[in-house]
Amino acid sequence: MSALGHLSTPVTPEPVAARKGGRRRTAYLLLLPGGLWLILFFVVPLVSLVAASLYDPNGSIEAGFRMTWSFHNYVDAIADYAVPLGRSLWYSLLTTAFCLLLGFPLAYAIAFKAGRWKNLLLALVIAPFFTSFLIRTLSWKLLLGDNGFVVDALRTVHILGSDGRLLATTAAVVTGLTYNFLPFMVLPLYASLEKIDHRLIEAGSDLYASAFTTFRTVTFPLAMPGVVAGTLLTFIPAAGDYINAQLLGTPKQRMIGNDIQRLFAAGAYPTAAALSVTLMAAITVLVLFYVRRAGTEELV
Amino acid sequence: MTTVGRWIGRHLILFIGLLVLLYLFAPIFVVILMSFNAPKSKLSYTFDGFTLHNWAHPCQPFGLCDAVSASLRIGLVATVIATALGTLMAFAMVRHRFRGRAATNLFIFLPMASPEIVLGSSLLALFVSGGLGGRLGFWTILIAHVMFCLSFVVVTVKARLSGMDTRLEQAAMDLYATEWQTFWRITFPLVFPGILAAALLSFSLSFDDFIITNLNAGRTVTFPMFVWGSAQRDIPPQINVVGTAMFLLALILVLGGELTRRRRASRAR
Repeated sequence: MSALGHLSTPVTPEPVAARKGGRRRTAYLLLLPGGLWLILFFVVPLVSLVAASLYDPNGSIEAGFRMTWSFHNYVDAIADYAVPLGRSLWYSLLTTAFCLLLGFPLAYAIAFKAGRWKNLLLALVIAPFFTSFLIRTLSWKLLLGDNGFVVDALRTVHILGSDGRLLATTAAVVTGLTYNFLPFMVLPLYASLEKIDHRLIEAGSDLYASAFTTFRTVTFPLAMPGVVAGTLLTFIPAAGDYINAQLLGTPKQRMIGNDIQRLFAAGAYPTAAALSVTLMAAITVLVLFYVRRAGTEELV
Repeated sequence: MTTVGRWIGRHLILFIGLLVLLYLFAPIFVVILMSFNAPKSKLSYTFDGFTLHNWAHPCQPFGLCDAVSASLRIGLVATVIATALGTLMAFAMVRHRFRGRAATNLFIFLPMASPEIVLGSSLLALFVSGGLGGRLGFWTILIAHVMFCLSFVVVTVKARLSGMDTRLEQAAMDLYATEWQTFWRITFPLVFPGILAAALLSFSLSFDDFIITNLNAGRTVTFPMFVWGSAQRDIPPQINVVGTAMFLLALILVLGGELTRRRRASRAR
């Protein structure tokens, strides 16, 4: 069930048997239907999104949009929405950090400490997926609510003031985001950790390394492909999310997704498309920078 | 480090892991609890009292069951298409060498690594510029769902395939099985758990999707859209009944799968 897990490792299988000339054509035939679907409904739409971002902003759905190469849409969009855009990236950075912090111990415990319960625990990580994430996010509204026990407890130990709240704060939005994307961090991490040869870790402690040093110099570097895959699968979708900001936050926590959604719903396609493309570009730049730094080129 | 220190260290990580698992499950306890809620007023979303009414009348809120049935239909069809196309792609990726394989790999990864709002809005841009703006509904949702499920299917089936021992197939061929026989008697049964996992994942992704669906749904209402709509007004407790039922279904599948796996394992021994 480690669905996302094997993202992180390059697949290099043994060739099955002697190859005949026709086998390459078979490969293309097998790829054709799915590949066509992705080209038609993933690549072509992206192109038309870029096209829509350059339409005349004065058009409307009823009157139609004219292609006027209005690069100015981008200037306007960025000028008007720089704050929610920056906030989205910041929130998803926080979310990714928390997911890594929480996901690593869980993935580690499942991979190394769970014994015969491994499969069951792994399945339990995926099980919450089946209860709609909107309902679960609504539940957080109740858990973090002003009369909930979390707020009570935090008030009792004076982390929160007597009238402090969690709901409608940045903390609530980031809690919700972390919650929603945690499984996407745990699964690739688990897949990487599970492949580690235990003898390497034992060797570390045989050579008088402390548990922490072994972790820092052996376990963590070996888990790096999982860390990269997990952080990407958390950071990217979190940056585009608007559900958590809408349900757990206030307009002050508004993310870029809220604006894109609102603009599309209002029919302001050129601005909305320009914002979407900007978000995608910002994410791509950050991801490329990060992947370069993390030194893992073999993402897939 | 002493053995006592090691003991604490070993169990500390397990303890933290279980706490994180508890965090994952906290809202689910709330969903289950709220499915038995008897709210005092329509607008209240706190636990006011216990009732079985919601479970006895799950379809009471207007439009809820239509939305669930729309989601189920879309989920099933999308799962079948995505699983079929994705499995073929996974076979090509693992069992064949061809030019552009690395590029294809990246290409399949990209939809998973795109924010949903971008995927959804770009499909909408395509549909609108193709003159389908007024005809959004079941089919446009289906197209979108197959698109974002495909990559997850390929990755899941690929993982299963690449971990497979190809000597079993070679043995079958050595015993004069044809390629066709080898595929259906050896390869397919061995890959099947991966295909099943991929189908389950597709269904849950499709059933749960909101952001992409909401942009391309027109007037069709899926279950997540119903939840979203009612979150803006009043939240009928029956929503939690559906959530709990889905969760129980998943739990039964998971526990059932685990039990059969263990029974098989002990029989094999």
